[in-house]
Amino acid sequence: MAKIHHAFFDVSYFETLAGQNTPVHLVDPRAKVLTTLLFILMVVSFDKYAISGLLPFFVFPAVMITIGDLPLSYLLKKLFLVAPFAFFIGIFNPFLDKQTVLQFGAFAITGGWISFTSILLRFTLTVGAALILIATTGFREICLALEKFKIPRIFVLQLLFLYRYIFILIEEASRLVRARRLRTFNGRGMTIHVASSLIGHLLLRTINRARRIHLAMLCRGFDGEIRLMRDLKIQKGDYLFAGGWLLAFLIMRFIDIPALFGDLVMGLYP
Amino acid sequence: MSHHIVEVNDLRYNYPDGTEAINGLSFTIKHGESVALVGANGAGKSTLLLHLNGSLAPSSGSVRIGEYPLTPETLNSVRRTVGMVFQDPDDQLFMPTVRDDVAFGPLNLGLPVNEVDEKVITALQTVDALHLKNRPPYRLSGGEKRAVAIATVLAMSPDILVMDEPTANLDPKTRRTLIRLLSSFTHTKIIATHDLDMALELCHRTIVIHRGRITADGLTSDIFSNDQLLLESHLERPLSMQGCPICNRKKPK
Amino acid sequence: MHMADALLSPAVGGTFWLVTGGVFTYSSKRVQHEIDSRKIPLMGVIGAFIFAAQMINFTIPGTGSSGHIGGGMILAILLGPYAGFLTLASILTIQSLFFADGGLLALGGNIFNLGFFPCFIAYPLVYKRITNKRTSPKSITAASILSVILALQFGALFVVLQTVFSGVTELPFKSFILVMQPIHLIIGLIEGLVTAAVVNFIFKAEPEILQVADPLQQNDSKRSFGKVILLFACIALFAGGGLSWFASQNPDGLEWSIAKITGKKELPPPEQGIHSSLAKLQEKTTLWPNYHFNEPGIYDNAQTPKASPLSALKTGTLLSGIIGAGLTLLSIIGIVLLLRMSKPITS
Repeated sequence: MAKIHHAFFDVSYFETLAGQNTPVHLVDPRAKVLTTLLFILMVVSFDKYAISGLLPFFVFPAVMITIGDLPLSYLLKKLFLVAPFAFFIGIFNPFLDKQTVLQFGAFAITGGWISFTSILLRFTLTVGAALILIATTGFREICLALEKFKIPRIFVLQLLFLYRYIFILIEEASRLVRARRLRTFNGRGMTIHVASSLIGHLLLRTINRARRIHLAMLCRGFDGEIRLMRDLKIQKGDYLFAGGWLLAFLIMRFIDIPALFGDLVMGLYP
Repeated sequence: MSHHIVEVNDLRYNYPDGTEAINGLSFTIKHGESVALVGANGAGKSTLLLHLNGSLAPSSGSVRIGEYPLTPETLNSVRRTVGMVFQDPDDQLFMPTVRDDVAFGPLNLGLPVNEVDEKVITALQTVDALHLKNRPPYRLSGGEKRAVAIATVLAMSPDILVMDEPTANLDPKTRRTLIRLLSSFTHTKIIATHDLDMALELCHRTIVIHRGRITADGLTSDIFSNDQLLLESHLERPLSMQGCPICNRKKPK
Repeated sequence: MHMADALLSPAVGGTFWLVTGGVFTYSSKRVQHEIDSRKIPLMGVIGAFIFAAQMINFTIPGTGSSGHIGGGMILAILLGPYAGFLTLASILTIQSLFFADGGLLALGGNIFNLGFFPCFIAYPLVYKRITNKRTSPKSITAASILSVILALQFGALFVVLQTVFSGVTELPFKSFILVMQPIHLIIGLIEGLVTAAVVNFIFKAEPEILQVADPLQQNDSKRSFGKVILLFACIALFAGGGLSWFASQNPDGLEWSIAKITGKKELPPPEQGIHSSLAKLQEKTTLWPNYHFNEPGIYDNAQTPKASPLSALKTGTLLSGIIGAGLTLLSIIGIVLLLRMSKPITS
């Protein structure tokens, strides 16, 4: 429970971050959504042993975090919280792929370790990009962008409603859980039976709330269609943002920058 | 003014399971009046309110708003005339930001966007909440939510305001601000409440409902001095009419 | 069991984006046609409910650990398959954005794994069949448990398939699946019990909720259902077939195009992963009979002869690589510092 409560706190913290007014925040959400998707696509398109090729891509999160004034330590903490899945699936690689690919003095580095490292790098980049997107854009703006991208309206509305009521329902659920805990002694856990009944109650309340909301909507002329105030204006800077990053991604994807650097240095000391 | 603006005639309503919720109510409220609806929990106040803009359809009897009887055909114009402020602002504020929410009604009326924007600004200014315009609703305090909920209704330019427990869960200062705000409105007001002190301040007339029937309808000050009536209706005198508890203690009965 | 971007190849991620996108578009059309305006707030609030319900942790008997519901089947039962699918999709979208659960590339796959099976397989084929005959607490219980188990088994299977086909990890198909399926059998049983109890609770308190929710009671249900399955099959065949052909020619489409663009194969020959895992699968499924691999019968990866792209590296190149990597990171730090310094001016 503490975990979800934290996650819930995170949601509103992200909203605070997204409310800033840095140059990154002011970029049109469409440009940011598109750039983020391109970034992820580029990152995952590397082959599974890629390490050095991925490194230049860190420039994207680095720049976004700096200009966007985002708390790095907080984002890293979030990253570690969700790391276990990638870690536990990836950690098998070193045990399964034992072929030595590098002999480095007494050290033998196997393909498995390399691909494991690559998984962790990909994970950091892709998850980081998603977190940065939400922290620089805000959920409502992302939804407006999705609508512009022709995602079905019903789904966009669904996202907005869900987001609106998460806060209230989590509060209601925690009241139920607290009320049960206050009447439970000796640290007994919640049985499935009790949990089901709590969930059932919560569900009934939720459905009743949906009815009241629907009434409130009808009272203000709801006719099955929700009209949003659209205030997105795409400007030159937005094209520049998306285009510039796309160019950077392509360069980083197709030109092995670390190898160039390496050759350059090695060239100096032949 | 003489023209009758809300007319309820022998209204009856049964819940789907057959229980009677409203049992033959009749009253007329004139233009510009402020009327308090008071009564015990479950007396039928909220159910009555839901009939006033057609959110519930009566089992029998009729509701008339202005010149129109409330029928499915007149529903839309009635809902424009009667602005409903719900008890829980969280049910009323369902859009992602305050601005979106206040704009919801005017947009549904088919107004052009710049006009909608004007309405949003005016409505928010009226409730002194313009600074909250871009906030998401879950970032508002209880009092702010209430004010914005009222603004969402004002933006529709209704003639009649119907409110369910507007002062519930507010701290004393916020409550005071709200009462001041409501008293500045010239709309016809119908307020269902347990806050009898507010009723005393805002409403010259009070209707007492008990078990789905009207047990009294008259001047607020008269009704709140009738101890027998109040007792029977599960009410008591407003605190401001009880005298000072320290220097003017009443003898226990 | 959310898939993560880091474990997916673009071909697999893309395939499932397309498949999910198709089902998603069709579901949106269906929901928009239902015209029941009550569903618009209902779907949103119930989506939020699933989040909230996940706060209610219960003890899993005999293990001492605790769990919470996933909720896919509850959504299908309460909202019907189309609205249920959309609602689940919105939940996963929010999870991937805020909680970094799953990932954006993996979102298509995750929606598919967790949404398609409960809504379009388990609900019509198991849940409806059982409860249509007779709706009683017993039939609801049996139907809920069976359908949740079925949906989760499919979901787990597809997590395995997506992982193995992507070839980013070395996990062999056989052992991965031998771990995933039994675990999800247990999870399914528990989730099924909770789902059954919750649905029964609603059935007792307000049975009409379950009826209102169900668009399948209309007559056209069978036909439109066939449509969804057919649609899904077509997209899956097209997308999967197309992309895996692409992948089979050159395991990674993007790299293939890079080779074409740059005119040289500067990138190492793409991984064995997708090849060898496809080969392993091929034996069982013969879905792609035209694959030719050296030793398709070998399951143990360590023994698979492998021309590792890195095996050609010599110490000299290695050193240059390490220096290059170091310099790359240094330049990124440099950029950040530069931005920091110029900040007071920009802001």
